[in-house]
Amino acid sequence: MTTADAAPAAPLTTTPFVGVDVASGRAKKKLTSRWASLVAVIIAVLWTIPTFGLAISSIRPQGDIQDSGWWSFFSNPHVTLDNYRAVLSSTGTGGLGSYFLNSFIIVIPSVIIPIALAALAAYAFAWIDFKGRNLLFICIFALQIVPIQVTLIPLLTLYVDSGIGGSFWAIWISHSIFALPLAIFLLHNFMKEIPKELIEAARMDGARHVQIFFRVMMPLLTPALAAIGIFQFLWVWNDLLVALTFSGGTSDIAPITVALANLSGTQGTAWHLLSAGAFISIAVPIVVFLSLQRYFVRGLLAGGLKG
Amino acid sequence: MTALASRHRAFALTASLLTLTLAVTACGSSSKKTRSTGPECAAYTQYGDLSGKTVKVFTGIVTPEDALLKKTWVPFEHCTGATIKGTFDKSFETQVLVQAKAGNPPDIAIVPQPGLLQQLVATGKAVPASAETTAMVDKNFSTDWKAYGSVNGTFYAPPQNASMKSLVWYSPKEFKDKGYTVPTTLDELITLSDKIAATGKKPWCAGIGSGEATGWPITDWMEDMMLRLWGPDEYDKWVQHKIAFNSPEPTAALDEVGKFLKNSKYVNGGLGNVKSIATTAFQDGGLPILKGNCSFHRQASFYAANWPAGTTVSPDGDVFAFYLPGKTAADKPVLGGGEFMLGFRDAPEVHAFQTFVASGEWATLAAQGGGGRAVSANKAADVSKCTCSEIDKLAFQVLQDPKAIFRFDGSDAMPAAVGSNSFWKQTTSWITGQSTKTTVDKIEASWPKG
Repeated sequence: MTTADAAPAAPLTTTPFVGVDVASGRAKKKLTSRWASLVAVIIAVLWTIPTFGLAISSIRPQGDIQDSGWWSFFSNPHVTLDNYRAVLSSTGTGGLGSYFLNSFIIVIPSVIIPIALAALAAYAFAWIDFKGRNLLFICIFALQIVPIQVTLIPLLTLYVDSGIGGSFWAIWISHSIFALPLAIFLLHNFMKEIPKELIEAARMDGARHVQIFFRVMMPLLTPALAAIGIFQFLWVWNDLLVALTFSGGTSDIAPITVALANLSGTQGTAWHLLSAGAFISIAVPIVVFLSLQRYFVRGLLAGGLKG
Repeated sequence: MTALASRHRAFALTASLLTLTLAVTACGSSSKKTRSTGPECAAYTQYGDLSGKTVKVFTGIVTPEDALLKKTWVPFEHCTGATIKGTFDKSFETQVLVQAKAGNPPDIAIVPQPGLLQQLVATGKAVPASAETTAMVDKNFSTDWKAYGSVNGTFYAPPQNASMKSLVWYSPKEFKDKGYTVPTTLDELITLSDKIAATGKKPWCAGIGSGEATGWPITDWMEDMMLRLWGPDEYDKWVQHKIAFNSPEPTAALDEVGKFLKNSKYVNGGLGNVKSIATTAFQDGGLPILKGNCSFHRQASFYAANWPAGTTVSPDGDVFAFYLPGKTAADKPVLGGGEFMLGFRDAPEVHAFQTFVASGEWATLAAQGGGGRAVSANKAADVSKCTCSEIDKLAFQVLQDPKAIFRFDGSDAMPAAVGSNSFWKQTTSWITGQSTKTTVDKIEASWPKG
């Protein structure tokens, strides 16, 4: 969660309405200098090397992987798709197929539920005046401090007592619980930035809260919702701890991360399959990220002035 | 307007995904099995009709052994109508504790350590074994094994598979060429080592490197020597810390290990001097035997998988192992590991399945399956039907021996601060020069108080 904490906060909490041109112009000037570009390229290359090595490893034959590092691929190139075949086949060592489906079943409600709830809650905190609003908001914000590890056993006990232990519900609800404090906080900050005049104008036209929320807020919020959606998606997709604890590891509901953890075998003898498994697992987040990344840019530049 | 349309699309998408989710969840429940009563099921009538019943088994055994394990369950399912639903997950050891504490443990957990078994029983959720299971275990297993499946005198968990650590790898070809015979006592082993050392060859080779677990092969050595010098009762006292780690018995046991591993005439064949033991990976420790640079390597039966492809592991092949002999030929202490089937639900099908796994039928099925799941300490197992390797046959033979006294790997049963920390680290320092006295003193000092 740490990356998710830091990254979106910056674009979302800046004030894009006052002097947006000046600020972005200055930023543009600084960021497009030749040296900055060079540093950016170097960082990008350095950070991509491990992933690149993983990609190379995944297409090398078992013997090569176990004997030598991925860089020796260039002097001794052997390409095979056996690793991918072994990982995907249900009869072979792993069989990631059904776990892949489980991951989707887990991730979609685990993104939609917290974002829907957080948007409503954030609206209430930002634009509805009620007693104890600030105190309640601080309490929710403070919930982020609770480490999820300490909640695992008590939560599982609650699920078991209420009869939903070991079902998808347990995982969906847990991910929603863990996502809500940050999502409410971020969306609240974003909604607060929307000019009061816009809301007042809508009220003058006779709009109630429900209409303001759906007709005025939602279109403006799209970039923020997309940003939070991406982070929640990545977090849930890559999560092992929550899924493992609440699914109990059964193949009916366990996600792909659980299968990946078991892929190398009891004695770890099949570790050559890990790189292929990892690549299959990250394919989906990459697609989601690339298809939604324009919202980041929109969130950064357009802000609340759109529409 | 476009916003409205896209919102409708989003709702439709959400709705369809939720429907899909529900459909998939519904498909999860499998169809009911019925019991078969053919002649092949004669041995299974004692378990009765369990049609429609399900037993959930949780284990840390994953690929490729999980398939072998599942295969041994098929006749039981076929003949009783029960469904055995396995969950195979490497994080078993932490997850099973979480589940037991939260109140949704599996029906049966396959527990590989006596320490974990005790922790699980302490949660209060475990169910003692039924009278039938206990009778089956009394019939097929030695009292040592039954004791490891018991907590505070109550018998809970029948044993499943077993592994054996008290083995010395050697080259049968070298023995044949030089006219050596397999030693049957510890003294004979030392005499033979001296004889080989006199020819200018270093007889022993070893490696203890294993990442952060570096040192563990020495703990096995010391456990083996503790058993051989002082017998199982002193061994138990040592593991349970009823005698201090630096008392005379363990000190003598470590000195006995030193007679082999810190003896510059004995080690490190084909690898270097004594200190090279610490820097050699345990996987590579025995490989010099193949090149003829070393004669003996003490390591568990799983080492069979470490020989390069094309090596024949058999009594007349390139390499094989003999039982690390006891003080006398009649003493047969065996150091090893095993798994226990701990039940958490008091139901006929759960007890029936536990009884089945303790039966000779199951042990024979496992032996037929071969691979890493073949060996058990079950005296009723039909070893002649075993498709297992020669080394598995040897392990079977030693474990089934009525004279064999089985003891669990002691470092697994010690507190983690010792068993998986100071014991490894201090013995590693010991091999690189630290004195025996300092070593046992330091390990004793690290034992958790209270």
